[in-house]
Amino acid sequence: MKAALRMAVVAAGLLIVWQAIVSITGARPFILPGPLAVASALARHGGLLLPHAGTTLAEILLGLGIGAALGAFSALVVAHVRPARLWLLPVLVASQAVPVFAIAPVLVLWLGYGMASKVAMAVLIIFFPVTAAFYDGLSRTDPGWLDLARSMGASRWRQLLHLRIPAALPACASGLRVATAVAPIGAVVGEWVGASAGLGYLMLHANARMQVDLMFAALLVLAAMALILYFTVDRLLRLAVPWQADTLLQDHRKETVEP
Amino acid sequence: MGEAAPDIEFAVDIRGAALSYGGAPLFDGLDIRLEAGLWTCLLGPSGVGKSSLLRLIAGLGGGAAGRVRAAPVAYMSQDDLLLPWANVLDNTVLGARLRGERPDYDRARLLLNQVGLADSTLAKPATLSGGERQRVALVRTLMEDRPVVLMDEPFGSLDAITRHAAQDLAARLLAGRTVLLVTHDPLEALRLGDRVHVMTGRPAALEPVPLPDLAPPRDVRDPAVLAAQGALLARLAA
Repeated sequence: MKAALRMAVVAAGLLIVWQAIVSITGARPFILPGPLAVASALARHGGLLLPHAGTTLAEILLGLGIGAALGAFSALVVAHVRPARLWLLPVLVASQAVPVFAIAPVLVLWLGYGMASKVAMAVLIIFFPVTAAFYDGLSRTDPGWLDLARSMGASRWRQLLHLRIPAALPACASGLRVATAVAPIGAVVGEWVGASAGLGYLMLHANARMQVDLMFAALLVLAAMALILYFTVDRLLRLAVPWQADTLLQDHRKETVEP
Repeated sequence: MGEAAPDIEFAVDIRGAALSYGGAPLFDGLDIRLEAGLWTCLLGPSGVGKSSLLRLIAGLGGGAAGRVRAAPVAYMSQDDLLLPWANVLDNTVLGARLRGERPDYDRARLLLNQVGLADSTLAKPATLSGGERQRVALVRTLMEDRPVVLMDEPFGSLDAITRHAAQDLAARLLAGRTVLLVTHDPLEALRLGDRVHVMTGRPAALEPVPLPDLAPPRDVRDPAVLAAQGALLARLAA
Protein backbone atom coordinates (compact mmCIF):
# COMPACT_ATOMS: atom_id res chain seq x y z
CA MET A 1 0.00 0.00 0.00
CA LYS A 2 2.83 2.31 0.96
CA ALA A 3 4.63 1.33 -2.25
CA ALA A 4 1.52 2.07 -4.30
CA LEU A 5 1.24 5.50 -2.70
CA ARG A 6 4.89 6.18 -3.44
CA MET A 7 4.36 5.14 -7.06
CA ALA A 8 1.38 7.50 -7.34
CA VAL A 9 3.40 10.37 -5.92
CA VAL A 10 6.27 9.69 -8.33
CA ALA A 11 3.87 9.47 -11.29
CA ALA A 12 2.14 12.71 -10.29
CA GLY A 13 5.51 14.41 -9.90
CA LEU A 14 6.60 13.31 -13.37
CA LEU A 15 3.32 14.56 -14.87
CA ILE A 16 3.79 17.94 -13.21
CA VAL A 17 7.37 18.21 -14.52
CA TRP A 18 6.14 17.19 -17.97
CA GLN A 19 3.38 19.83 -17.96
CA ALA A 20 5.81 22.42 -16.58
CA ILE A 21 8.26 21.81 -19.44
CA VAL A 22 5.44 22.15 -21.97
CA SER A 23 4.16 25.37 -20.33
CA ILE A 24 7.56 27.00 -19.79
CA THR A 25 9.12 26.20 -23.17
CA GLY A 26 5.86 26.72 -25.02
CA ALA A 27 6.63 23.59 -27.05
CA ARG A 28 4.22 23.08 -29.92
CA PRO A 29 1.99 19.99 -29.70
CA PHE A 30 3.77 18.25 -32.60
CA ILE A 31 7.08 18.57 -30.75
CA LEU A 32 5.99 17.76 -27.21
CA PRO A 33 2.30 17.32 -26.43
CA GLY A 34 1.19 17.94 -22.85
CA PRO A 35 -0.13 15.22 -20.55
CA LEU A 36 -3.74 16.19 -21.26
CA ALA A 37 -3.30 15.95 -25.02
CA VAL A 38 -1.70 12.54 -24.64
CA ALA A 39 -4.48 11.41 -22.30
CA SER A 40 -7.05 12.48 -24.85
CA ALA A 41 -5.14 10.64 -27.59
CA LEU A 42 -5.10 7.60 -25.32
CA ALA A 43 -8.89 7.77 -25.01
CA ARG A 44 -9.49 8.46 -28.73
CA HIS A 45 -7.17 5.74 -30.01
CA GLY A 46 -7.88 3.15 -27.34
CA GLY A 47 -9.30 0.73 -29.88
CA LEU A 48 -6.19 1.08 -32.02
CA LEU A 49 -3.67 0.88 -29.17
CA LEU A 50 -5.11 -2.20 -27.52
CA PRO A 51 -4.45 -4.82 -30.23
CA HIS A 52 -1.00 -3.37 -30.91
CA ALA A 53 -0.22 -3.47 -27.19
CA GLY A 54 -1.43 -7.07 -27.16
CA THR A 55 0.99 -7.98 -29.95
CA THR A 56 3.94 -6.35 -28.18
CA LEU A 57 3.00 -7.95 -24.86
CA ALA A 58 2.78 -11.38 -26.49
CA GLU A 59 6.24 -10.86 -28.02
CA ILE A 60 7.69 -9.80 -24.68
CA LEU A 61 6.10 -12.68 -22.74
CA LEU A 62 7.16 -15.27 -25.32
CA GLY A 63 10.65 -13.81 -25.41
CA LEU A 64 10.79 -13.81 -21.63
CA GLY A 65 9.63 -17.41 -21.33
CA ILE A 66 11.89 -18.79 -24.04
CA GLY A 67 14.81 -16.55 -23.08
CA ALA A 68 14.60 -17.45 -19.39
CA ALA A 69 14.37 -21.17 -20.16
CA LEU A 70 17.26 -20.97 -22.61
CA GLY A 71 19.30 -18.86 -20.18
CA ALA A 72 18.70 -21.23 -17.26
CA PHE A 73 19.52 -24.24 -19.42
CA SER A 74 22.76 -22.78 -20.77
CA ALA A 75 23.81 -21.77 -17.24
CA LEU A 76 23.23 -25.36 -16.06
CA VAL A 77 25.19 -26.79 -18.97
CA VAL A 78 28.07 -24.37 -18.49
CA ALA A 79 28.12 -25.00 -14.74
CA HIS A 80 27.84 -28.78 -14.85
CA VAL A 81 29.77 -29.80 -17.96
CA ARG A 82 33.42 -28.80 -17.70
CA PRO A 83 34.23 -28.67 -21.45
CA ALA A 84 31.15 -26.48 -21.96
CA ARG A 85 32.58 -23.94 -19.54
CA LEU A 86 35.73 -23.67 -21.64
CA TRP A 87 34.06 -23.65 -25.04
CA LEU A 88 30.57 -22.28 -24.56
CA LEU A 89 31.20 -19.43 -22.13
CA PRO A 90 33.28 -17.40 -24.62
CA VAL A 91 30.59 -17.95 -27.24
CA LEU A 92 27.93 -16.67 -24.84
CA VAL A 93 29.98 -13.57 -24.09
CA ALA A 94 30.68 -13.03 -27.80
CA SER A 95 26.96 -13.26 -28.53
CA GLN A 96 26.51 -10.16 -26.39
CA ALA A 97 29.32 -8.27 -28.09
CA VAL A 98 27.13 -7.92 -31.19
CA PRO A 99 24.51 -5.21 -30.51
CA VAL A 100 20.98 -6.46 -30.98
CA PHE A 101 20.22 -3.30 -32.96
CA ALA A 102 22.82 -4.42 -35.49
CA ILE A 103 21.39 -7.88 -36.04
CA ALA A 104 17.75 -6.81 -35.94
CA PRO A 105 17.55 -6.33 -39.73
CA VAL A 106 19.11 -9.76 -40.27
CA LEU A 107 16.60 -11.39 -37.94
CA VAL A 108 13.74 -9.72 -39.78
CA LEU A 109 15.23 -10.90 -43.05
CA TRP A 110 15.47 -14.48 -41.79
CA LEU A 111 12.36 -14.76 -39.67
CA GLY A 112 10.02 -12.37 -41.48
CA TYR A 113 7.91 -9.40 -40.45
CA GLY A 114 5.79 -11.41 -38.05
CA MET A 115 6.22 -12.08 -34.37
CA ALA A 116 9.01 -14.64 -34.72
CA SER A 117 11.75 -12.08 -35.42
CA LYS A 118 10.67 -9.92 -32.43
CA VAL A 119 10.52 -12.89 -30.09
CA ALA A 120 13.98 -13.94 -31.28
CA MET A 121 15.26 -10.44 -30.59
CA ALA A 122 13.76 -10.43 -27.08
CA VAL A 123 15.21 -13.90 -26.43
CA LEU A 124 18.67 -12.67 -27.46
CA ILE A 125 18.45 -9.79 -25.00
CA ILE A 126 16.89 -11.81 -22.19
CA PHE A 127 18.85 -15.03 -22.06
CA PHE A 128 22.21 -13.50 -21.25
CA PRO A 129 21.42 -11.79 -17.93
CA VAL A 130 19.66 -14.97 -16.84
CA THR A 131 22.62 -17.14 -17.86
CA ALA A 132 25.17 -14.83 -16.27
CA ALA A 133 23.31 -14.44 -12.97
CA PHE A 134 22.32 -18.11 -12.66
CA TYR A 135 25.79 -19.33 -13.58
CA ASP A 136 27.26 -16.96 -11.03
CA GLY A 137 24.90 -18.34 -8.39
CA LEU A 138 25.67 -21.94 -9.38
CA SER A 139 29.40 -21.38 -9.06
CA ARG A 140 29.14 -19.69 -5.66
CA THR A 141 27.59 -22.46 -3.61
CA ASP A 142 28.68 -22.32 0.03
CA PRO A 143 31.82 -24.53 0.15
CA GLY A 144 30.64 -25.84 3.53
CA TRP A 145 27.56 -27.34 1.89
CA LEU A 146 29.71 -28.99 -0.77
CA ASP A 147 32.02 -30.43 1.92
CA LEU A 148 29.00 -31.79 3.71
CA ALA A 149 27.62 -33.24 0.48
CA ARG A 150 30.93 -34.90 -0.35
CA SER A 151 31.21 -36.39 3.15
CA MET A 152 27.71 -37.77 2.57
CA GLY A 153 28.78 -39.40 -0.67
CA ALA A 154 26.72 -37.26 -3.04
CA SER A 155 27.30 -37.47 -6.77
CA ARG A 156 27.98 -34.25 -8.68
CA TRP A 157 24.59 -34.52 -10.30
CA ARG A 158 22.76 -34.76 -6.97
CA GLN A 159 24.87 -31.93 -5.54
CA LEU A 160 23.67 -29.85 -8.47
CA LEU A 161 20.06 -30.88 -7.98
CA HIS A 162 19.79 -30.59 -4.20
CA LEU A 163 22.34 -27.88 -3.37
CA ARG A 164 23.67 -25.84 -6.25
CA ILE A 165 20.38 -25.17 -8.05
CA PRO A 166 18.28 -24.19 -5.02
CA ALA A 167 21.18 -22.16 -3.64
CA ALA A 168 21.49 -20.35 -6.98
CA LEU A 169 17.80 -19.56 -7.39
CA PRO A 170 18.00 -16.16 -5.65
CA ALA A 171 20.79 -15.16 -8.06
CA CYS A 172 18.76 -16.53 -10.97
CA ALA A 173 15.82 -14.45 -9.79
CA SER A 174 18.00 -11.32 -9.93
CA GLY A 175 18.92 -12.18 -13.51
CA LEU A 176 15.26 -12.66 -14.35
CA ARG A 177 14.44 -9.23 -12.91
CA VAL A 178 17.07 -7.60 -15.12
CA ALA A 179 15.81 -9.62 -18.08
CA THR A 180 12.24 -8.50 -17.44
CA ALA A 181 13.34 -4.89 -17.35
CA VAL A 182 15.16 -5.10 -20.69
CA ALA A 183 12.73 -7.45 -22.44
CA PRO A 184 10.60 -4.69 -24.05
CA ILE A 185 13.72 -3.33 -25.80
CA GLY A 186 14.06 -6.44 -27.94
CA ALA A 187 10.44 -6.47 -28.97
CA VAL A 188 10.24 -2.75 -29.76
CA VAL A 189 13.51 -2.65 -31.70
CA GLY A 190 12.27 -5.57 -33.74
CA GLU A 191 9.06 -3.72 -34.48
CA TRP A 192 10.95 -0.63 -35.58
CA VAL A 193 13.02 -2.56 -38.07
CA GLY A 194 10.12 -4.20 -39.76
CA ALA A 195 6.66 -5.17 -38.57
CA SER A 196 3.00 -4.85 -39.32
CA ALA A 197 1.79 -4.73 -35.73
CA GLY A 198 2.91 -3.81 -32.22
CA LEU A 199 3.47 -0.60 -30.27
CA GLY A 200 6.89 -0.02 -31.83
CA TYR A 201 5.36 -0.24 -35.29
CA LEU A 202 2.51 2.06 -34.23
CA MET A 203 4.96 4.65 -32.84
CA LEU A 204 7.01 4.66 -36.01
CA HIS A 205 3.85 4.96 -38.09
CA ALA A 206 2.43 7.77 -35.92
CA ASN A 207 5.73 9.61 -35.99
CA ALA A 208 5.84 9.55 -39.78
CA ARG A 209 2.33 11.00 -39.92
CA MET A 210 3.10 13.66 -37.28
CA GLN A 211 0.59 12.08 -34.86
CA VAL A 212 2.90 12.90 -31.99
CA ASP A 213 0.15 12.62 -29.37
CA LEU A 214 -0.57 9.06 -30.52
CA MET A 215 3.14 8.30 -30.42
CA PHE A 216 3.33 9.46 -26.83
CA ALA A 217 0.18 7.54 -25.96
CA ALA A 218 1.79 4.37 -27.35
CA LEU A 219 4.94 5.15 -25.38
CA LEU A 220 2.88 5.57 -22.23
CA VAL A 221 1.14 2.24 -22.77
CA LEU A 222 4.51 0.57 -23.36
CA ALA A 223 5.98 2.06 -20.20
CA ALA A 224 2.93 1.07 -18.13
CA MET A 225 3.08 -2.46 -19.55
CA ALA A 226 6.80 -2.78 -18.78
CA LEU A 227 6.28 -1.54 -15.22
CA ILE A 228 3.37 -3.85 -14.50
CA LEU A 229 5.29 -6.76 -15.98
CA TYR A 230 8.34 -5.99 -13.86
CA PHE A 231 6.45 -5.70 -10.61
CA THR A 232 4.43 -8.85 -11.34
CA VAL A 233 7.58 -10.84 -12.06
CA ASP A 234 9.27 -9.37 -8.99
CA ARG A 235 6.33 -10.35 -6.79
CA LEU A 236 6.19 -13.87 -8.24
CA LEU A 237 9.92 -14.35 -7.76
CA ARG A 238 9.69 -13.23 -4.13
CA LEU A 239 6.96 -15.81 -3.57
CA ALA A 240 8.90 -18.52 -5.37
CA VAL A 241 12.27 -17.86 -3.68
CA PRO A 242 11.30 -16.91 -0.14
CA TRP A 243 14.67 -17.87 1.35
CA GLN A 244 16.43 -15.00 -0.37
CA ALA A 245 15.99 -12.83 2.71
CA ASP A 246 17.03 -15.76 4.88
CA THR A 247 20.42 -16.05 3.22
CA LEU A 248 21.00 -12.38 3.97
CA LEU A 249 20.16 -13.07 7.60
CA GLN A 250 22.39 -16.11 7.48
CA ASP A 251 25.31 -14.10 6.10
CA HIS A 252 24.83 -11.63 8.88
CA ARG A 253 24.77 -14.41 11.46
CA LYS A 254 27.99 -15.85 10.05
CA GLU A 255 29.69 -12.50 10.23
CA THR A 256 28.75 -12.06 13.87
CA VAL A 257 29.98 -15.47 15.05
CA GLU A 258 33.37 -15.39 13.35
CA PRO A 259 36.01 -14.79 15.99
CA MET B 1 50.10 -40.91 20.08
CA GLY B 2 52.57 -43.48 21.35
CA GLU B 3 52.54 -47.20 20.78
CA ALA B 4 49.24 -48.79 21.63
CA ALA B 5 48.67 -52.25 22.95
CA PRO B 6 47.76 -54.63 20.11
CA ASP B 7 44.34 -55.44 21.56
CA ILE B 8 43.09 -51.87 21.11
CA GLU B 9 40.92 -51.41 18.06
CA PHE B 10 41.40 -48.28 15.98
CA ALA B 11 38.59 -46.84 13.90
CA VAL B 12 40.89 -44.32 12.26
CA ASP B 13 44.59 -44.72 11.58
CA ILE B 14 46.47 -41.85 9.97
CA ARG B 15 50.17 -42.21 9.21
CA GLY B 16 52.60 -39.65 7.94
CA ALA B 17 50.12 -36.83 7.51
CA ALA B 18 51.77 -33.81 5.93
CA LEU B 19 50.63 -30.35 4.93
CA SER B 20 52.60 -27.37 3.70
CA TYR B 21 51.41 -23.81 3.74
CA GLY B 22 53.39 -21.19 1.85
CA GLY B 23 56.38 -23.51 1.49
CA ALA B 24 56.70 -24.23 5.22
CA PRO B 25 55.33 -27.44 6.69
CA LEU B 26 52.34 -27.02 9.03
CA PHE B 27 52.75 -30.63 10.00
CA ASP B 28 54.87 -33.45 8.63
CA GLY B 29 54.97 -37.13 9.45
CA LEU B 30 52.08 -36.77 11.85
CA ASP B 31 50.45 -39.99 13.12
CA ILE B 32 47.06 -40.08 14.76
CA ARG B 33 44.94 -43.03 15.70
CA LEU B 34 41.43 -42.90 17.07
CA GLU B 35 40.45 -45.69 19.41
CA ALA B 36 37.12 -47.21 18.46
CA GLY B 37 34.18 -46.06 20.54
CA LEU B 38 36.04 -43.24 22.28
CA TRP B 39 35.99 -39.46 22.05
CA THR B 40 39.30 -37.97 21.02
CA CYS B 41 39.58 -34.21 21.37
CA LEU B 42 42.08 -32.11 19.47
CA LEU B 43 43.04 -28.75 20.95
CA GLY B 44 45.36 -26.18 19.56
CA PRO B 45 45.84 -22.60 18.39
CA SER B 46 44.21 -21.34 15.22
CA GLY B 47 46.06 -22.10 12.01
CA VAL B 48 47.96 -25.07 13.42
CA GLY B 49 46.26 -27.42 10.97
CA LYS B 50 43.62 -29.11 13.14
CA SER B 51 40.86 -28.62 10.60
CA SER B 52 43.12 -29.75 7.76
CA LEU B 53 43.85 -32.95 9.63
CA LEU B 54 40.14 -33.48 10.10
CA ARG B 55 39.50 -32.83 6.42
CA LEU B 56 42.17 -35.39 5.54
CA ILE B 57 40.36 -38.02 7.61
CA ALA B 58 37.03 -37.01 6.10
CA GLY B 59 38.45 -37.28 2.59
CA LEU B 60 37.57 -33.69 1.80
CA GLY B 61 40.93 -32.69 0.36
CA GLY B 62 42.36 -29.37 1.46
CA GLY B 63 45.99 -30.04 0.64
CA ALA B 64 46.96 -32.46 3.41
CA ALA B 65 48.45 -35.80 2.38
CA GLY B 66 48.94 -39.00 4.31
CA ARG B 67 48.03 -42.65 4.55
CA VAL B 68 44.46 -42.80 5.79
CA ARG B 69 42.69 -45.88 7.01
CA ALA B 70 39.32 -44.90 8.38
CA ALA B 71 35.89 -46.37 8.87
CA PRO B 72 33.08 -44.42 7.16
CA VAL B 73 32.79 -40.95 8.67
CA ALA B 74 30.11 -38.36 9.23
CA TYR B 75 31.17 -34.72 9.32
CA MET B 76 29.85 -31.83 11.38
CA SER B 77 31.19 -28.29 11.24
CA GLN B 78 30.87 -25.11 13.28
CA ASP B 79 28.42 -23.76 10.75
CA ASP B 80 25.21 -25.77 11.02
CA LEU B 81 25.01 -25.76 7.18
CA LEU B 82 21.24 -26.16 7.22
CA LEU B 83 19.58 -25.53 3.87
CA PRO B 84 17.43 -22.41 4.24
CA TRP B 85 14.88 -23.60 1.66
CA ALA B 86 14.22 -26.97 3.32
CA ASN B 87 12.34 -27.60 6.55
CA VAL B 88 13.94 -29.21 9.60
CA LEU B 89 12.86 -32.76 8.72
CA ASP B 90 14.13 -32.50 5.14
CA ASN B 91 17.40 -31.07 6.41
CA THR B 92 17.94 -34.05 8.69
CA VAL B 93 17.52 -36.54 5.84
CA LEU B 94 19.79 -34.60 3.47
CA GLY B 95 22.35 -37.41 3.30
CA ALA B 96 19.84 -39.96 2.05
CA ARG B 97 18.46 -37.50 -0.49
CA LEU B 98 21.96 -36.69 -1.73
CA ARG B 99 22.70 -40.38 -2.18
CA GLY B 100 19.39 -41.03 -3.89
CA GLU B 101 18.25 -43.31 -1.08
CA ARG B 102 14.83 -43.49 0.47
CA PRO B 103 14.90 -41.14 3.50
CA ASP B 104 14.07 -42.75 6.86
CA TYR B 105 11.64 -40.09 8.09
CA ASP B 106 10.53 -42.18 11.07
CA ARG B 107 14.04 -42.36 12.45
CA ALA B 108 14.55 -38.65 11.78
CA ARG B 109 11.36 -37.84 13.72
CA LEU B 110 12.48 -40.08 16.56
CA LEU B 111 15.85 -38.36 16.79
CA LEU B 112 14.30 -34.90 16.51
CA ASN B 113 12.08 -35.93 19.39
CA GLN B 114 15.16 -36.94 21.40
CA VAL B 115 16.77 -33.53 20.89
CA GLY B 116 13.54 -31.78 21.85
CA LEU B 117 12.58 -30.56 18.39
CA ALA B 118 9.53 -32.75 17.80
CA ASP B 119 7.37 -29.67 17.27
CA SER B 120 9.70 -28.02 14.79
CA THR B 121 9.87 -30.69 12.08
CA LEU B 122 8.15 -28.48 9.53
CA ALA B 123 9.83 -25.23 10.57
CA LYS B 124 12.36 -23.50 8.33
CA PRO B 125 15.87 -23.20 9.83
CA ALA B 126 15.67 -19.39 9.82
CA THR B 127 12.97 -19.55 12.50
CA LEU B 128 15.16 -21.53 14.91
CA SER B 129 17.70 -20.33 17.47
CA GLY B 130 21.40 -21.06 17.08
CA GLY B 131 21.22 -23.91 19.61
CA GLU B 132 18.19 -25.45 17.90
CA ARG B 133 19.87 -25.22 14.53
CA GLN B 134 22.95 -27.00 15.84
CA ARG B 135 20.71 -29.72 17.30
CA VAL B 136 19.18 -30.20 13.85
CA ALA B 137 22.71 -30.48 12.47
CA LEU B 138 23.47 -33.08 15.14
CA VAL B 139 20.43 -35.11 14.11
CA ARG B 140 21.51 -34.84 10.47
CA THR B 141 24.93 -36.19 11.52
CA LEU B 142 23.31 -39.03 13.46
CA MET B 143 21.10 -39.88 10.50
CA GLU B 144 24.26 -40.75 8.59
CA ASP B 145 24.74 -43.54 11.15
CA ARG B 146 28.50 -43.77 10.59
CA PRO B 147 30.85 -45.42 13.09
CA VAL B 148 33.15 -42.38 13.07
CA VAL B 149 31.98 -38.80 13.63
CA LEU B 150 34.30 -35.89 12.89
CA MET B 151 33.33 -32.60 14.48
CA ASP B 152 35.06 -29.32 13.69
CA GLU B 153 34.18 -26.83 16.44
CA PRO B 154 30.57 -27.99 16.38
CA PHE B 155 29.54 -25.83 19.33
CA GLY B 156 31.88 -22.92 18.63
CA SER B 157 29.14 -20.52 17.60
CA LEU B 158 26.90 -21.19 20.62
CA ASP B 159 26.76 -19.21 23.83
CA ALA B 160 28.22 -20.86 26.93
CA ILE B 161 24.97 -22.18 28.38
CA THR B 162 23.59 -23.47 25.10
CA ARG B 163 26.98 -25.03 24.40
CA HIS B 164 26.93 -26.86 27.73
CA ALA B 165 23.52 -28.38 26.95
CA ALA B 166 24.60 -29.26 23.40
CA GLN B 167 27.69 -31.04 24.74
CA ASP B 168 25.58 -33.19 27.06
CA LEU B 169 23.22 -34.01 24.21
CA ALA B 170 26.04 -34.92 21.84
CA ALA B 171 27.77 -37.05 24.47
CA ARG B 172 24.52 -38.95 25.05
CA LEU B 173 23.54 -39.41 21.41
CA LEU B 174 27.01 -40.20 20.10
CA ALA B 175 27.82 -42.73 22.83
CA GLY B 176 29.51 -45.78 21.37
CA ARG B 177 30.78 -44.01 18.28
CA THR B 178 34.32 -42.98 17.55
CA VAL B 179 34.43 -39.21 17.72
CA LEU B 180 37.15 -36.76 16.78
CA LEU B 181 36.31 -33.34 18.16
CA VAL B 182 38.37 -30.35 17.10
CA THR B 183 37.87 -27.49 19.53
CA HIS B 184 39.32 -24.23 20.82
CA ASP B 185 37.71 -24.69 24.21
CA PRO B 186 39.85 -26.54 26.82
CA LEU B 187 36.85 -27.09 29.07
CA GLU B 188 34.90 -28.68 26.21
CA ALA B 189 37.77 -31.07 25.55
CA LEU B 190 38.06 -31.90 29.25
CA ARG B 191 34.33 -32.48 29.59
CA LEU B 192 33.94 -34.75 26.59
CA GLY B 193 37.26 -36.36 25.76
CA ASP B 194 38.32 -39.91 26.55
CA ARG B 195 41.60 -38.80 24.99
CA VAL B 196 42.71 -35.21 24.63
CA HIS B 197 45.63 -34.10 22.47
CA VAL B 198 47.17 -30.70 22.10
CA MET B 199 48.42 -29.88 18.62
CA THR B 200 51.16 -27.23 18.73
CA GLY B 201 54.39 -26.18 17.11
CA ARG B 202 55.53 -25.86 13.55
CA PRO B 203 55.71 -28.47 12.20
CA ALA B 204 52.98 -29.42 14.62
CA ALA B 205 53.14 -32.37 16.97
CA LEU B 206 50.45 -34.04 19.04
CA GLU B 207 50.90 -34.29 22.78
CA PRO B 208 48.54 -36.19 25.07
CA VAL B 209 46.94 -34.34 27.95
CA PRO B 210 46.50 -36.06 31.33
CA LEU B 211 42.81 -36.31 32.20
CA PRO B 212 40.89 -36.39 35.50
CA ASP B 213 39.94 -39.90 36.45
CA LEU B 214 36.24 -39.49 35.67
CA ALA B 215 34.02 -40.79 32.92
CA PRO B 216 32.87 -38.20 30.36
CA PRO B 217 30.84 -36.09 30.20
CA ARG B 218 32.67 -34.77 33.23
CA ASP B 219 31.15 -32.38 35.72
CA VAL B 220 32.47 -28.87 35.14
CA ARG B 221 32.23 -28.19 38.90
CA ASP B 222 34.65 -31.00 39.70
CA PRO B 223 37.87 -29.54 41.15
CA ALA B 224 40.00 -31.97 39.15
CA VAL B 225 38.35 -30.84 35.90
CA LEU B 226 38.79 -27.20 36.80
CA ALA B 227 42.42 -27.73 37.77
CA ALA B 228 43.05 -29.54 34.50
CA GLN B 229 41.37 -26.68 32.64
CA GLY B 230 43.65 -24.16 34.31
CA ALA B 231 46.74 -26.21 33.51
CA LEU B 232 45.61 -26.69 29.92
CA LEU B 233 44.88 -23.00 29.43
CA ALA B 234 48.30 -22.10 30.76
CA ARG B 235 49.87 -24.64 28.44
CA LEU B 236 48.00 -23.38 25.37
CA ALA B 237 48.79 -19.77 26.18
CA ALA B 238 52.50 -20.51 26.63
